Amino acid sequence: MNNKVWMSLAMVMFLVACKSTPVTPAKVEDKSSGSSTAASSSDGSDANGIKEVNIDGNANNDANNPLRDPNNILSKRNIYFDFNSDAVKAEFRPIVEAHAQYLKSHQDAKVILQGNTDERGTREYNLSLGQRRSVAVKKALNLLGVQDTQIETVSYGEEKANVNCADEDCFQQNRRVDVVYQGE
Amino acid sequence: MKVFNQHMLALLFLVASIVTSLQANAALEIEISGGGAQQIPVAILPFAEPAGISSKDNLHEIIAADLKRSGLFRVLETRGMANLPTAVSQVKYAEWSALQAQAMTVGHVESLGGGRLKVTFQLLDVLKQTQLIGMDYQIAPTQIRATAHKIADAIYEKLTGQRGDFSSRIAYINKIGKRYTLQVSDADGYNAQNVVSSNEPIISPAWSPDGTKMAYVSFEKKKPIVYVQSLTTGDRKILANYKGNNSAPAWSPDGSKLAIVLTYGANSQIYTISADGGDLRQVTKSNAIDTEPAFSPDGKFIYFTSDRGGRPQIYKVSAGGGDATRVTFEGAYNVSPRFSPDGRYLAYIRNDGGKFRVALQDLSNGQVQLLSEGAQDESPSFSPNGRVILYATKVRGKGSLAAVSSDGRVRQRLSESGGDVREPAWAPMAK
Repeated sequence: MNNKVWMSLAMVMFLVACKSTPVTPAKVEDKSSGSSTAASSSDGSDANGIKEVNIDGNANNDANNPLRDPNNILSKRNIYFDFNSDAVKAEFRPIVEAHAQYLKSHQDAKVILQGNTDERGTREYNLSLGQRRSVAVKKALNLLGVQDTQIETVSYGEEKANVNCADEDCFQQNRRVDVVYQGE
Repeated sequence: MKVFNQHMLALLFLVASIVTSLQANAALEIEISGGGAQQIPVAILPFAEPAGISSKDNLHEIIAADLKRSGLFRVLETRGMANLPTAVSQVKYAEWSALQAQAMTVGHVESLGGGRLKVTFQLLDVLKQTQLIGMDYQIAPTQIRATAHKIADAIYEKLTGQRGDFSSRIAYINKIGKRYTLQVSDADGYNAQNVVSSNEPIISPAWSPDGTKMAYVSFEKKKPIVYVQSLTTGDRKILANYKGNNSAPAWSPDGSKLAIVLTYGANSQIYTISADGGDLRQVTKSNAIDTEPAFSPDGKFIYFTSDRGGRPQIYKVSAGGGDATRVTFEGAYNVSPRFSPDGRYLAYIRNDGGKFRVALQDLSNGQVQLLSEGAQDESPSFSPNGRVILYATKVRGKGSLAAVSSDGRVRQRLSESGGDVREPAWAPMAK
């Protein structure tokens, strides 16, 4: 893997003095800080000092949580779809029903339904397509009595797709809605 | 096909008795194919450098690479020449007219002490035997590359009459392993710097018109949220975190507001929001997917992708809302509209028989030209002077960047070794 290297940020401004013919030494004010930390230019234009931000991910595990118990159907979180379809198939009905029961008996629980697509097509358009699938699962939950206030539908589009797919079985793994509880 | 900048190398400058060491990251490798029929033949001669300076960033090589990439120049081989002058007084014009050079450069670097350098160069008209440009630059050694780009810009402007944009920057998302990083680099791929990184996806980077801020979508909170981040301070603020998806930020030309896409638990629709996060207004109202907004350069219209007609096509709507009208009619799948800076052309992605390719539509007459080969091209983005369109492509299953001249004649590939690079966005040029 290519290791990103921090470019020294000493170059703060392109301090360039231009003179037209004939060539004579130009008097140039030195605004270069020469330091290795990010700094801003005085006029804000052409600034090359870029400050990096790192976002730390965090995950918590709770062995006693039914949502995380591998023997509990609530640990099943993936609902798969046919190509170009947002219909929730019968084989995934038990999973949807289990989550509906849990949400009705845990009114403080909130769930995010994350729609996904395969990688074919553009990112933002796929984001919208994935949204359709998450809305389809939401409607299924609604019909089972779950309130809108407990459900948020979002999409990852193709961002979580396995991009090494060569066949339909693999593509299908990418066309899914993931059920994620708030705080997970 | 020629390969440039193959390796990432550390620079070592020995100036006077001071040793300055820094790392440069030649992240992207550039391959050029094709070429224009009427390229200007130029000779870019090596710069004379004071003893003790050892630079892997040779000014003349950077300048030559810039000019070649534009597709408008044929950079002549000078290695076989008996004399390689570094000042005007040394130039024997007959030798260079024999090489069929129209223009040539000579230059030298002097050490000013205190770690400063002076770069002097002249652009000469070989046929008229006159000087076209003479400039000098007093710089720190870290500014060698930037200075080379400035010189290339000056040569480009003098010989083509158009503004050069080699000094501009690009942004893109680089996925390395499982980590997503928004990076900014020089237009030639060097000097890559991290803007923000996360273990969750980051998509849809968009430069503010003044080039000081970037809007993007981060999934760090397990859903797409639009952030705006200052490049200089690193300050990042949530621009839009409404229920459902928040995505596809696009700045208005005056920077006062952005178009975004929200779902509120239903289908994607386009809204505008002021740059400080207030004044949310719905622009499109449909039962279809409306996404990928782009302001026209005059700020009056928002062009966007919609499948309201059954398949995704590009439509336009007044920036204040109202009825949308269809813009693309050829092809069954046209998405990701992006304007040329002058507003004359619209670049977008067309699914051309299973191949996703960059298309260019002349808005004055509706004519469309397919510019890229495909098959998985995405995210077109114009260079500041409109001459080149940068886009994302796939090579052996891995994302990389490519560029094509707007006349379709010159193609280049910029690929980062190791990373999976996507969603390029060319920065606007400082006015």
